[in-house]
Formats: sequence, C-alpha cells, structure tokens
Amino acid sequence: MAHDHHHDHDHDHNQGRDLAVFQHGRPPVDRSAIQGWGADLDRKNRPGVPMERTPPRIDAPLTQPEQQPQHVEVLLSPERPHMTPLFGSPNPPRGVSGMVRRAAFKETENDIRHWLLLMLADRIDVVEGLVEDLGRGHVPNILGEMGIKAEWQHNKRGLAQKVAIGAAVAGIACYLYQRRDRR
Amino acid sequence: MLAMNYRGPFRVRADHKPDPVIEHPGDAIVRVTRSCICGSDLHLYHGLVPDTRVGTTFGHEFVGIVEEVGSQVTKLKVGDHVLVPFNVFCGSCFFCQKELYGNCHNTNPQASAVGGIYGYSHTAGGFDGGQAEFVRVPMADVGPTVIPADMDEDDAVLLTDALPTGYQAAEMGDISEGDTVVVFGAGPVGIFAAKSAWLFGAGRVIVVDHVDYRLDFVRRYAQCEVVNFREVDDMALHIKKMTDWLGADVCIDAVGCEAAGSAAQTITGVHLMMQAGSATALHWCINSVRKGGNVSIVGVYGPTFNAIPIGNALNKGLTLRMNQASVKRHLPRLIEHIQAGRIDPKQIITHRVPLEEVSDAYHIFSSKLDDCIKTVLIPPSANQVRAIESTANH
Ligand SMILES: [Zn+2]
Ligand SMILES: [Zn+2]
Repeated sequence: MAHDHHHDHDHDHNQGRDLAVFQHGRPPVDRSAIQGWGADLDRKNRPGVPMERTPPRIDAPLTQPEQQPQHVEVLLSPERPHMTPLFGSPNPPRGVSGMVRRAAFKETENDIRHWLLLMLADRIDVVEGLVEDLGRGHVPNILGEMGIKAEWQHNKRGLAQKVAIGAAVAGIACYLYQRRDRR
Repeated sequence: MLAMNYRGPFRVRADHKPDPVIEHPGDAIVRVTRSCICGSDLHLYHGLVPDTRVGTTFGHEFVGIVEEVGSQVTKLKVGDHVLVPFNVFCGSCFFCQKELYGNCHNTNPQASAVGGIYGYSHTAGGFDGGQAEFVRVPMADVGPTVIPADMDEDDAVLLTDALPTGYQAAEMGDISEGDTVVVFGAGPVGIFAAKSAWLFGAGRVIVVDHVDYRLDFVRRYAQCEVVNFREVDDMALHIKKMTDWLGADVCIDAVGCEAAGSAAQTITGVHLMMQAGSATALHWCINSVRKGGNVSIVGVYGPTFNAIPIGNALNKGLTLRMNQASVKRHLPRLIEHIQAGRIDPKQIITHRVPLEEVSDAYHIFSSKLDDCIKTVLIPPSANQVRAIESTANH
C-alpha cells in the first residue's frame, strides 16, 4: 500500500472525498438473520449462468416435434412464415375483427401498423362479443363482469363516488338536453 | 367445463366452455386444482396486449392432476400431480437447446419475438390458460414437473411463474457480494426478486412501490428497506442519496408497461397508447443504477415501441438483461431452496377464491383492494378430486 488508511473516520472531514465512505457506505446487514443469505453467491450454483447454457439439463427429445394437425385458421407472422409444430387453436379469427386481424398479419411485427390493427381488431371483437352474447339470448351482466360485488364489499366509498359522478354527468346531460329542446 | 372467459377490457366472467381435447400426440389434459392471477394478467385484463381475443381463458400459473395423455407421452402418467411452467416449449428447438425455454421457437406461429405462453393472447401463441377446470398442456413430457410429495400445492403453484421470474430477475442482475439492489414494484414478482437478491449475496435490498400495504408486506417478508415513490420528489435522486451519490449496483424492473409515477409516461403510454405502455419503472432503473451497473427487466412490455433513455444507458456503460423467465431451468434449484426453508412462497397468497367468482377476483387484484398480494383461484372440480383422493386413501 502506498499510503496509510484511516480506518476510524473523522466525521467533520469532507465525506464526499473519502473513498472509504464510497466503499463502505452501505449500512451493515446482519446476514445471519436472513434465511438463505448467499446460498447462490457462488456463480457455479446459479442455474442461469451462463444465460445460454448448452446442453440443456432436461431430458428432452432432440428431434423436431411432430406437426399438430390444423383444423382452424391460424394467422402466421411474416417474420416466421412456417406453421410451428405446436400452436393454440381456440378463438380463431371471426367476423369483422377477424378481417382486421388478417390485414394486420400482412404486415411484419417490425411494422407498427401490425400492432395498431390488432388493437383495433380487439376493440371490434368486444362489440362482436356482445352481439354474440345477445344472439344466444344471454344478456351479459356487465357490472358483474367488472367485479361490482367486490367493489361494493371492499371499496364502498370509491363506488359511491363513481355513482355520484355518473349521476351528476347524467343529470347535466339531461339538463342540457331539455334546455336545448326548450329553445 | 367452467372457465374464465375474457369479454373485453375490465370484463371477465366464469362461463361454461367445451372441455379441451388432445390435439397433438405429445399433449396432456390437466385437471386444474389451483391457478393464480398474475400481475401480467392485468395487462391483458386492461386490454393492453395486442391480439387478446374475446372468449380467451387466461391463466399461466396453474397446477393440477394429469387426466389424459396423448399417444407419444411416455414420462407423464394419468394421475400425476404436476406444476406446469408458464412457457409452452418444446425442449428441442435451437433456443430450448440453450435452455432458453422462454424463447421457444416451435410453439408460437403468430409472433417471432415471444414463445408460447398459456392464456396470454394470440401474440403469445393463442393457447387457452389454466383459470379453468381443464387445460391442454402441449409437450407433456417436457414442460410439466411432478410436484415433490412433501411440497405444499400452494408453494408449487408459485413455482410456475412468480417465484422463478423473481429469481431470474435477481440472477440477471448478476449480483455480487454486498451489492445494493433496488427492486421497482412490490407485486409478487418484485417480492420474490427482493427475497432472491439475498440468496445471491446482496448487501442491501430496497423495494420501491406506491401502495403502502404492499410495501409493508415486502418489508416483513423480504427483510428489505422500502420507499414509497409518492413520498419522493425524484426517484433517481432519492436512490443516489441513499447510496452515497453513486447509484445502486443493480436495478430490477418488476413493473412493466403499466407503471404509475410519471404523468407524461402514463398519458402517452396507457391512455393515448402512443407507446407500448408507460416505461416509468425502466426510466427509474436506468437513471438510478450506478455507472457500470446492471439493469434487469422482467416486467412485461408490449411488442413495439417505448421511449426509453437509451442514451443514459450508453453513457453510463450499463448492462441490460431481460427475458421472460425460463421457468424449467430454475425449478431444481428453487425446489431445493423451498425444501431447505430458504424461501416460503405460499406466504404471499392472500386470497383464495372459487373460480366462479373470477370477476370479483380480477377486480380486487386490479384495483388493489382488500390488501391483495396474490390470488389463487380454485375450480369446483378441484375439490371433487381431493374428495376422491381422500376416500381412496382411507
Ligand atoms: Zn405471470
Ligand atoms: Zn423449443
């Protein structure tokens, strides 16, 4: 060591320049009080080191999985244009939202239009979902689906506020509408 | 079967749907006994993930009993009690061969950036999830892990995503002995990231959130310091002050695309959707970490595109690491940690709700009501199975 260390710091001394503060400025932690402290400190024990580990530790087949038979329409990303051996089959594209989704998949994932069209399709799908519910004679309990029971149990004040705001908005709208009629 | 059914933003319900069937000889059908609602399900619930189709069943955290197996399944048997990692993966593709199970190339034809995930939109493969009585599990010999006989089912269900994701977050931070680690987000993943940081030898762990009950919980559970960012003027400045003006050694983003805390980010990202969600937590990570430090990201972001301070990251010489967790890679070690008593995951479960009440369960978690940390959904058939087992055993 080329210079002396002062281990007991003089606290009037400019702390910003004291290298010891930088190195030891962390408040001491009672490591023995923490269950398992340092159990994975040794990098050899870390299951993700290195991040890409070859060969894998699981016993998996080295062959490409067999192709899953396809009975429904599945849209393909232009950035990976072959059907994958495995895919999810529920909720194939349908109706107007489906047309928008097909258009979205003409664009790559790198193209913002792909994602914006999908978001648009999702909104259309919500309306189609309502129509579908009504079509099979089911009037959806929208407030129930939004968890109004839980809101009532755990957030009465918040619910009252929302109802009050809703009533006020409806009241003002009514008032403006009537005033317009009177003219 | 009864299953959660997405009807649009903020609207979900329990509905009767057709039972799933074997579609590939490697498939299994699993009778779900427990599933969780994950923080990242909220991004779906709020309608922020593209290609989330009405009628979808969410749920990528579940455990259950193997009900049926396809003709090619050799290792898994009917009756096995399994936990199913949230990734749908094949084990054989280029990426799986590198243990990047979260990046499998064989399970999602609809996007190249992300692998298959149960119940996580068609962007993640269009698979139905486990918030249901039954679920189709592809590559049944590869994905599911048989739950050790002495393990609590509630611990097992947290091994499917929340714990491995928190653990991988800490690991990607490449923590050295004595490091100061700051975790943004005190949800289940942030809680487990903080807990795991100690395993990797952290000297100091600080968790940042804006909900007091979550901060109280994580302080007790992970024995860490906490900061409520609503009480702080500037987050990066505050972390600098706490660390002798150096910044933290490691910052972890366990929040993702719906971060609160910056009006500009919330308006452009969440309300106007001019970017793929608000990147506030990521800004805070990059700006709070010390020069040469590590930033680890596990919070979910949308596919395209976010305004992030990459110039600061460059100038500070940061290492950024991020991924969906490759759950299967971490399971053996995490099972050891649980068995050795180093982590007790089930303590974070605050709510057990019948699947029939899924609408309320989502609302409670989304609105952070009733001091909710983690919700487990229990399908009606889960109880039947237990009844059958107990009559068989006695
Ligand atoms: Zn999750
Ligand atoms: Zn793969």
